[in-house]
Amino acid sequence: MKKSFVVFVLGGLLMVLLSSIPEMPPMGNVNNPSFNQVSEYYISQAIADTNTPNVIASIITDYRAFDTLGETTVLFTSITAVISVLSGKKMTSIMKREDSNE
Amino acid sequence: MNDLIVKTVTKLIMPFIQLYGIYVILHGHLSPGGAFAGGAIMGASYILYTLAFGIHEGHKKAPHEITSKIESGGILFFIGLGLVGIVSGGFFLENLSAGFPPGVVGTLLSGGLIPLATFAIGMKVASTIVTLFHRTIEEEMYD
Repeated sequence: MKKSFVVFVLGGLLMVLLSSIPEMPPMGNVNNPSFNQVSEYYISQAIADTNTPNVIASIITDYRAFDTLGETTVLFTSITAVISVLSGKKMTSIMKREDSNE
Repeated sequence: MNDLIVKTVTKLIMPFIQLYGIYVILHGHLSPGGAFAGGAIMGASYILYTLAFGIHEGHKKAPHEITSKIESGGILFFIGLGLVGIVSGGFFLENLSAGFPPGVVGTLLSGGLIPLATFAIGMKVASTIVTLFHRTIEEEMYD
């Protein structure tokens, strides 16, 4: 009973999602909503604003620099978590113990 | 692992991998690539060294004391670059209007904040990859 209910709900959701696929605009079309004035501004004004021929670099480290700061913070948090979980003892003491055992 | 061929080839190609990583980082504002890709290449060279020579030699090549300093220093340098914009009277992480030298378009020293930020993030990504790899390898070896 429970299983059939889950299958019914998930199957209905799948039908809803699949039915929206034919309504999507064709890929790479000029009239797509993703080609708005923001991308036009980036492509036309990137060199004037940042003096950089690589538009992606100017977006990553100038227009969206705060987002990049967040990404580096994610890296920092991940390595802090790994070190705090995995390293109970100091590396030097472990190496000394290993040398004395040999 | 004690393989003469692997060790010799690693010693031969490691400078070239690191040179390519530095090239990708420093040309991040001119060509495809950038901080994350270049930092991954730099970190991969140290991972290759550790795989070929073992954790003891790898730890001598890239000690935790230095990689953790580079790691923290990279993000602090990036935040400091952002604070320059506030000090000069603008917004956080402002580029040319904060007084960074614009340079000539297409040359290596151009773009104001962008090469500095790319360098900081690249060093940080490389040291992050190396530190994560060494930590996990250590635990497998010593437990």
